[in-house]
Amino acid sequence: MAKTLFDKIWEAHEVADGLLYVDLHLVHEVTSPQAFESLRLAGRKVRRPDRTLATADHNVPTDGSTAAEQIRDQLSRVQVETLERNCEEFGVPIYSIGSRRQGIVHVIGPELGITQPGMTIVCGDSHTSTHGAFGALAVGIGTSEVEHVLATQTLQQRKPRSMRIRYSGELGYGVTAKDLILATIGQIGVAGGVGHVVEYAGPAIEALSMEGRMTVCNMTIEAGGRAGMIAPDDTTFEWVEGREAAPHPLPLEEWRALRTDEGASFDTEVEVDASEVSPQVTWGTTPGMVVGVTGAVPEPAGEGDERALEYMALEPGTPMSEIRLDRVFIGSCTNSRIGDLREAAELVKGRRVASTVNAMVVPGSQQVKAQAEAEGLDEVFRAAGFDWRSAGCSMCLGMNPDIAAPGERVASTSNRNFEGRQGRGARSHLVSPKMAAAAAIEGHFVDIREWE
Amino acid sequence: MRPVNLIEGHVSVLDRSDVDTDQIIPKQFLKRVERTGFGEFLFYDWAKQPGWDLPRNPILATGRNFGCGSSREHAPWALEDYGFEAVIAPSFADIFYSNCTKIGLLPVVLAEDEVHAVMESGHASINLAQQSVSWTGGGASFEIDPEVKRRLLEGLDDIGVTLQQQDAIDRFEAERERSGPVTTALS
Repeated sequence: MAKTLFDKIWEAHEVADGLLYVDLHLVHEVTSPQAFESLRLAGRKVRRPDRTLATADHNVPTDGSTAAEQIRDQLSRVQVETLERNCEEFGVPIYSIGSRRQGIVHVIGPELGITQPGMTIVCGDSHTSTHGAFGALAVGIGTSEVEHVLATQTLQQRKPRSMRIRYSGELGYGVTAKDLILATIGQIGVAGGVGHVVEYAGPAIEALSMEGRMTVCNMTIEAGGRAGMIAPDDTTFEWVEGREAAPHPLPLEEWRALRTDEGASFDTEVEVDASEVSPQVTWGTTPGMVVGVTGAVPEPAGEGDERALEYMALEPGTPMSEIRLDRVFIGSCTNSRIGDLREAAELVKGRRVASTVNAMVVPGSQQVKAQAEAEGLDEVFRAAGFDWRSAGCSMCLGMNPDIAAPGERVASTSNRNFEGRQGRGARSHLVSPKMAAAAAIEGHFVDIREWE
Repeated sequence: MRPVNLIEGHVSVLDRSDVDTDQIIPKQFLKRVERTGFGEFLFYDWAKQPGWDLPRNPILATGRNFGCGSSREHAPWALEDYGFEAVIAPSFADIFYSNCTKIGLLPVVLAEDEVHAVMESGHASINLAQQSVSWTGGGASFEIDPEVKRRLLEGLDDIGVTLQQQDAIDRFEAERERSGPVTTALS
């Protein structure tokens, strides 16, 4: 019988009915302390420390602190130190603050080569879907499940339904993976993928870099999807080859078989015309409240829209390009990889950030930071007036000192524009790195297809 | 986990869709390393807005796609700590739904008009064994995965249940486990 990519990975990991083996468990400081504590109380061990890896990211100040003890916020410091202590006690490898491998958990997995095609990957973080870009089944879990995976290396899981989002056509000039996924969420809605594992397919997906594919899979959760995945191909293999944990040689025959068979059926099929997608900007308080940059703030269609407009302090009919910004944030597990930074740097080179804008670039990992600095991107950003920071989740969620003030309007390459996400009362507009870079220079949104 | 079966009482109403976990429990409260004490921070920002009224009742009735966004289990912890024993909505985000079942906070999916009837009634009783909800002037049945239901009814510890299948896990590791990557082998 013809099978989907999802079917194949699922079947290869089914230990028993409803019990799935986990190949890699990524851990960070926010969703793990209670799990380790419960293990300790029950006298249980971590079953497979060799399939587990921890890093500190959410609470990490991006000012270049080199040790957890230097975090000024006491609660943040306790949380990172608790992770360090737990990892030591339970034998889990950790890259904490000060490590050259520290970074956002969804950036370091792929860059170390421990994210590979055909794997099952979990993490106590909803953006675990990112790793599906490599043809892995990667799902976000809660703290009770973190504890369960630590103790058993398995996840209790009913098989979700399957969805394929097939893109026809190709992305136009200046339109990026971020625009593609934002437009997709706008089309299917923030609950459009609930209960489903989503496979992205079509020429527009095949043409994307690995960075772009990670951006797409990352935001699957913003459409409610359980996981997002893309069949691995030569782009994937080239990206994985030579990385520290990558196999030598790559098992290419096995990896090439990781694709949906001709004639396999999905529970839900969605078509999106990629050639129709323009640079996107969110206007509201969910990622589905999104329009093209040439559009305008829409008329409210319901109570939720009215609340969103009030929170965002926007009037229907206002052209998106007239929205003025106070801050620009380039970073997060969605858009902080070297490819994202190169795209942004190319646009800002030789230009200056608008005097009214406070702009920052936060590389996703220390390795991305080092690579960018080797390429001189840090100098490009600094010369343009951007603040060049150290690796972490930063202003994506404001658990660290990088937060926006009440009322400040932010162009952000992150994944969530929820109320208060980037700071209480802060107003977030989600965009691509290119759109964020151009907005920083002009002080308002611009259509980068014409601006360039 | 304590067993869950009958939940009866007044209904608190939050008639909004796509309520995300950042609203349920804002990020500044995720820095705690304990599992308890989150109730007082529930809907921290919304609770300061005029007209906010969310009494501490056993049942919360709310809108579509409740609990979307982050995987933070702190959201169900906060709802439970506040006093809720069940949440009734037309749909839930997947991770949130799963997190609720792990701690014994019962998520109940009813049709949109049924949820509104519960909201209007202001009082309801939920019977998990019978998978039914009744309220003044109406009633409905709801779906739940049989295994999840069994664990809730019996108050079973998930890890304990899985460890009963330890042989199957050992066998998987011996016969089918992939060779890498090995995180402890990174230099």
